Amino acid sequence: MRHLLSTADLTRTQALRILDTAEEMTGVSAREVKKLPTLRGRTVVNLFFEDSTRTRVSFEAAAKRLSADVVNFSAKGSSVSKGESLKDTVQTLDAMGADAIVIRHGSSGAPAQLAASDWSEAAVVNAGDGTHEHPTQALLDALTLRRDWHAAHYGEASSPRGTDLTGMRVLIVGDVLHSRVARSNIWLLTTLGATVSLVAPGTLLPVGVESWPVTVHYSFDQALAAGPDAVIMLRVQAERMGGSFFPNAAEYARRWGLTEERLAVVNQLRLAETEAPALILHPGPMNRGVEISAAAADSAQSRITEQVTNGVSVRMAVLHLLLTGSRGHHDDDRSSL
Amino acid sequence: MSEPNAAAESSQVMSAADIDRALTRIAHEIVEAQRGTHGLIILGIPRRGAPLAHRLGANLARIDADFTPDDAVGALDITMYRDDLGSGGARTPEPTDLPQAGIDGATVVLVDDVLFSGRTVRAALDALSDLGRPAAVRLAVLVDRGHRQLPVRADHVGKNLPTSREERVFVQLAGVDDVATEDEAVMITR
Amino acid sequence: MSGATLITSARLYGQDPADLLLRGGQIAAVGDDLRSQAAEQLDEDVTVIDAEGLIALPGMVDLHTHLREPGREDAETVETGTRAAARGGFTAVHAMANSAPVADTAGVVEQVHRLGLESGWSEVYPVGAVTVGLGGERLAELGAMAESSAAVRMFSDDGHCVDNALLMRRAMEYVKSFGGFIAQHAQEPTLTAEAQMNEGEVSATLGLPGWPAVAEEAIIARDVLLAQHTGARLHICHVSTAGSVGIIRWAKDRGVAVTAEVTPHHLMLTDELVTSYNPVYKVNPPLRTRVDVDALRQGLAEGVIDVIGTDHAPHPTQAKECEWAQAAMGMTGLETALPVVAHAMISTGLMDWRRFSEVTSTEPARIYGHQHQGRPLQAGEPANLILVDPQAAGPIRPESHASKGRNSPFAGLELPGRVRYTFLAGHPTLAEGELATSLTGRAA
Repeated sequence: MRHLLSTADLTRTQALRILDTAEEMTGVSAREVKKLPTLRGRTVVNLFFEDSTRTRVSFEAAAKRLSADVVNFSAKGSSVSKGESLKDTVQTLDAMGADAIVIRHGSSGAPAQLAASDWSEAAVVNAGDGTHEHPTQALLDALTLRRDWHAAHYGEASSPRGTDLTGMRVLIVGDVLHSRVARSNIWLLTTLGATVSLVAPGTLLPVGVESWPVTVHYSFDQALAAGPDAVIMLRVQAERMGGSFFPNAAEYARRWGLTEERLAVVNQLRLAETEAPALILHPGPMNRGVEISAAAADSAQSRITEQVTNGVSVRMAVLHLLLTGSRGHHDDDRSSL
Repeated sequence: MSEPNAAAESSQVMSAADIDRALTRIAHEIVEAQRGTHGLIILGIPRRGAPLAHRLGANLARIDADFTPDDAVGALDITMYRDDLGSGGARTPEPTDLPQAGIDGATVVLVDDVLFSGRTVRAALDALSDLGRPAAVRLAVLVDRGHRQLPVRADHVGKNLPTSREERVFVQLAGVDDVATEDEAVMITR
Repeated sequence: MSGATLITSARLYGQDPADLLLRGGQIAAVGDDLRSQAAEQLDEDVTVIDAEGLIALPGMVDLHTHLREPGREDAETVETGTRAAARGGFTAVHAMANSAPVADTAGVVEQVHRLGLESGWSEVYPVGAVTVGLGGERLAELGAMAESSAAVRMFSDDGHCVDNALLMRRAMEYVKSFGGFIAQHAQEPTLTAEAQMNEGEVSATLGLPGWPAVAEEAIIARDVLLAQHTGARLHICHVSTAGSVGIIRWAKDRGVAVTAEVTPHHLMLTDELVTSYNPVYKVNPPLRTRVDVDALRQGLAEGVIDVIGTDHAPHPTQAKECEWAQAAMGMTGLETALPVVAHAMISTGLMDWRRFSEVTSTEPARIYGHQHQGRPLQAGEPANLILVDPQAAGPIRPESHASKGRNSPFAGLELPGRVRYTFLAGHPTLAEGELATSLTGRAA
């Protein structure tokens, strides 16, 4: 693995390798010395063309826990806002010796273009591109889901290492059309053996969704009646509320929101045949009262704070695996020192 | 790890019985050196050091009934502390599993299968120092094949094996390595 | 070059070999073994071209070319664009109106026309804008452009759709009186507000805003009904969907005076290529699906689609070396049209070289109303013709193109057929695959 651009590129083995590595990183975050020397002397550039403090801080924490030097480059207020091209920006960063470029960009495909170009030798990590993908978000969602799924079946004590999500049924709710989180999750969760369903207003599902490996519902209540193991609520962007995709926020909340009434239904759901409760995820930041009620966000089933914690572990794993593999070689097992 | 190359010449340097005897002897040496097992923690370096540590722990428990492996045997992964990351393939870290009480003030015996350059041990010492402050650290290895690149010496050695730099030594453990039906140490001469 | 040219053993329209004698800008004779006649009868210099294995075709006529001048001379000029035309086998091109200033007045179209005459690599016919500044609100001075020295007959807001139905109707009615016609860029703007690529399975996965086929088809359906109602002629630019082919077939069956063009790239490439996010594949209308490509090929073979139009759209490097959403739309096409169409239509057995000459020469000339282009290879006709090596192959190399644009989606592809000679009024502008001299004596 040279870059992380899309979860569609990940095989099951590669995805499990990232999740298993992330499991070990979680232990590091829990101990007193929260730092590993692994990426000492390496430089990770956070190249953010869109504001996203949450994602940037998560990548920054991940890189720093691995002892990498971190350079934050925000396009706002920089030469980029004065018309400098992506190419020139990247070549500048490359000249400064970037080993990895973590890129967040409003244009779908910008990370893929960067990876395919000869502008930089750096490993490229897609930190969210337009309405395309957000692979590390999906990986942290999968890490979160796997931990509960495994614990429900085999107990808290055993490690979920090496296990996947076979048999798990995940429902993704909301603005799938504009959601990079939804796309990355659909490919990754499917690769890991889960079954994915979508529920959204018809205006917020892409034409072509019928070619995806998902079941599409138009009624949230019917989708919940099918008994999913986890519900991933998607954020509704303020600019979609203008009336062309759905009438207004109130109608959206009634029909597609995880309201208190629907929370009562989710409360009754269990992880497969176990006693463990079904899970609620949200990539954040939340619009409380629109796509998710405060009660649902703060409920016992909510894994929203765990998602944030797991985000750092997953990003540590990704940076470790991308930057410590030898260039141009396939991954192999450890050889003797 | 690369599997032994069928075209190369391979010879057994330790049989299952040899390995068994070596682990028994090392257990006695540890008890003797530490004057018992009080404050003793055995940490294996994955992958093959970890099961060796558990076997050593079982031997220690037979010698000294006060030694309870569940509280005193664990694993110390050193993947993230290696100095050759970026030259081999990317490595998935193995679990680090420390006894509940931690390692502060304990005498930690690190266990690995083959001692060669000493770089693994260097990484293990770094990893240990991020996890706590043991009173002392000792090293037990099944095979010492020489060619040290760092000032590292084992306290307990199963077998000293003179080798040339080109030769390779593998320890295969039943239940750990898929190809192994019983334990053995093998030397490959190209 | 004042003398005559004797072309020996060229396969006319890819059929039987014959000799062609060009003299005084015309095809003086066509027949077997003109060499002996020439030797006996002519005392002037005769340049002999051994065309064994080459195919003789009428010079190609492109109804859809962006020459960028005036205004975007960094992208293309009339000089470089017509050099590209000569290399591609085109003896006439029609320059779209989206220059800066827009070709919406007699002054601009006369300038472009004059630049074409001066360059002399290919004939240049300016296309007039339908509306002022391509703004879609007020009719441009259509009559003045028609009466200008450029004698404009074709009007188009290409790049923009004349989406106002009433304005479209008025334009069609207005130009009818002087034999003009409207070439519509069919794209319902409200359905394509932020569109980046064909809407379908690929856009869903790539997260790029979709450009639905219906945005094109709805306008074509409306406009063929308007053409039927007004009795005016209508030309549809760059048809790209299977549905559009169906609507045009329906209209033609009812006797509507509609003609349609397809680009070489829409005959070959699909939206799967966008998976690379390489902006060289960004074009308007967007690359569609395999189903659409097949329908377009079939439509062209059957005559539902009348002509090939290259939609040659050169862009400077930086306009394509950027994020997909910010990249300019368009591809170069003049220098690759013949191999691409040969690959899509002739190698597949869907058409022969005679039908090729109809869709690249006869029909576009007829649609515009040219008397001297698109003529048959017969004695007494103007000597606008090309010699093609159908066996020549090798990768497409945009860096070797005469166009300033390097934005060819065919770069590196092995495609069959190369233009070896282009004769404009009997003068070889392209010889042995290399630019020679222009009709006005400009050197390559």
